[in-house]
Amino acid sequence: MNQIVNDPDYVVEDMLKGFIKANGNLIAATKDDKVLKYVNTPIKEKVGIVTGGGSGHKPAFIGYIGENMCDAVAVGQIFSSPTAKSFYNAMVEADAGRGVACLYGNYAGDNMNVKMAIRRAEKDGITVKTVVANDDCASAPKTEREKRRGVAGEVLMWKVGGAKAAMGADLDAVIAAAQKAIDNTRSVGVGVAPCTIPAVGHANFEIADGTMEVGIGHHGEPGVKVEKLKTADEIAQEMLDIILPDLPFVAGDEVVVLLSGLGATPVMEQYIVYNRVEEILKENGILVYKAYVGNYFTSLDMKGVTLTVMKLDKELKECIDMPADSTGLKQR
Amino acid sequence: MIKDKEAGFVVIDLVKVIRDNKDFLSEIDGKIGDGDHGINMNKGFTLCEEKLKGKEFGLSEGLSALSETLQEDIGGSMGPLYGAFFGEMAFAAKEVISPEVFGEMLGNGIAAIEDIGSAKRGDKTLLDTLLPAKEAYHAALEAGKDFAEALEALKKAALDGWKSTENMIARIGRASRLGERSKGVLDAGATSCYLLLTSMAQSFQRLL
Repeated sequence: MNQIVNDPDYVVEDMLKGFIKANGNLIAATKDDKVLKYVNTPIKEKVGIVTGGGSGHKPAFIGYIGENMCDAVAVGQIFSSPTAKSFYNAMVEADAGRGVACLYGNYAGDNMNVKMAIRRAEKDGITVKTVVANDDCASAPKTEREKRRGVAGEVLMWKVGGAKAAMGADLDAVIAAAQKAIDNTRSVGVGVAPCTIPAVGHANFEIADGTMEVGIGHHGEPGVKVEKLKTADEIAQEMLDIILPDLPFVAGDEVVVLLSGLGATPVMEQYIVYNRVEEILKENGILVYKAYVGNYFTSLDMKGVTLTVMKLDKELKECIDMPADSTGLKQR
Repeated sequence: MIKDKEAGFVVIDLVKVIRDNKDFLSEIDGKIGDGDHGINMNKGFTLCEEKLKGKEFGLSEGLSALSETLQEDIGGSMGPLYGAFFGEMAFAAKEVISPEVFGEMLGNGIAAIEDIGSAKRGDKTLLDTLLPAKEAYHAALEAGKDFAEALEALKKAALDGWKSTENMIARIGRASRLGERSKGVLDAGATSCYLLLTSMAQSFQRLL
């Protein structure tokens, strides 16, 4: 396994140093070396937006720190939740007196650490409310939505929450908008080759040549179904067959589509899939209002894609249209 | 009689057992998890050892240091879970660790895990090691066994509890996403928990 690292046990620390150096116009270090913030944060009169999660998902999570996006991010080890202390420190950094919206994904470790961080922040008089992303259709049945994990739909949740906060909304309105965003968002992933945690050094699950895993997780969790590898067009169809009935999305809906590579999938392949995704949506009378295609939420060097679709209303459209400046998402 | 201030080495033994089993824990975790359990646990426990190096410390101070390190520096799921467990154990410790005091330490530690997480018995987690171990320990004391015998009962139940996770379907955490596919593999958290409980019981037995 060829990797470009120094000490594989310290890839996160080494990456953060480089990330701060390369993005001085956007990113500032804090007293906690596992918390980064937007250079202008805290922003007067604005609700703070905090997120955090394990590393290995570049550009998530730190790539979404920036103007009209996230204010502060807690960074964990590879695929491992940040500490409660770092979540707490991120909340303190982001708070400008109007409270903090902590928008994160549904994973056991993150849930526990955020819970502990909020207890501590509340003792300091900081009001923190949360939205827990659970957009991955494949991770649990619809009747158990509270068990579903958060995946690439988190990017749209941050976009909407960040925009709403930048418009001057209060904490409850920011939380309501972010919750609405995730409630109207569905995702599914397909993996065609596994990923390797640098310190482990070998892939910890297999995807046999010529097969694919439908419903693959963002942490190398095997998918829920193994199938013979299909064509890009067939994969687009299979993913939409899972996503569309789940919300459901119906004719006349306007949607945002986010198609993300999982780390080692050429962007070319992502566009090949996107081509068919948009055609199928069109055939179903669903209009793509905006599309994001690229490596928005990855899983180290996993090969595969995740497809995310968000149904829009007027408020969500306004939030999606808002300009944003972060390393992972720039929009005029 | 076990005195708190003479039992600091129990914590160093915990560090050792995690270090010695680092690869084993990662291997088990790799089957239905992401394969880093041993790496993260070893990182936290080693960091704690470094913080304690050259210091005089008793059991409760050692456990507090371990709790703080896990909660503040490790994160993941195991940081808060083991952090809360050892933190409450440290808090419940008294100058003399009697069989009853240890029973309370164990009980409070487990209660903290149940408070911070939401797992129940049978969900294929570290609770499947902890709960039977605690029950066997108390049952032994109630049956008139002494401290060392009760710890022996605890070790046996911890082993059986750990092994019982093999045939469970994970209902919480990352492995729960696999449903039926999580069956036939031991739970990584239950494994490290078995190692830690057994180590602790053995260290105590040496003092008795």
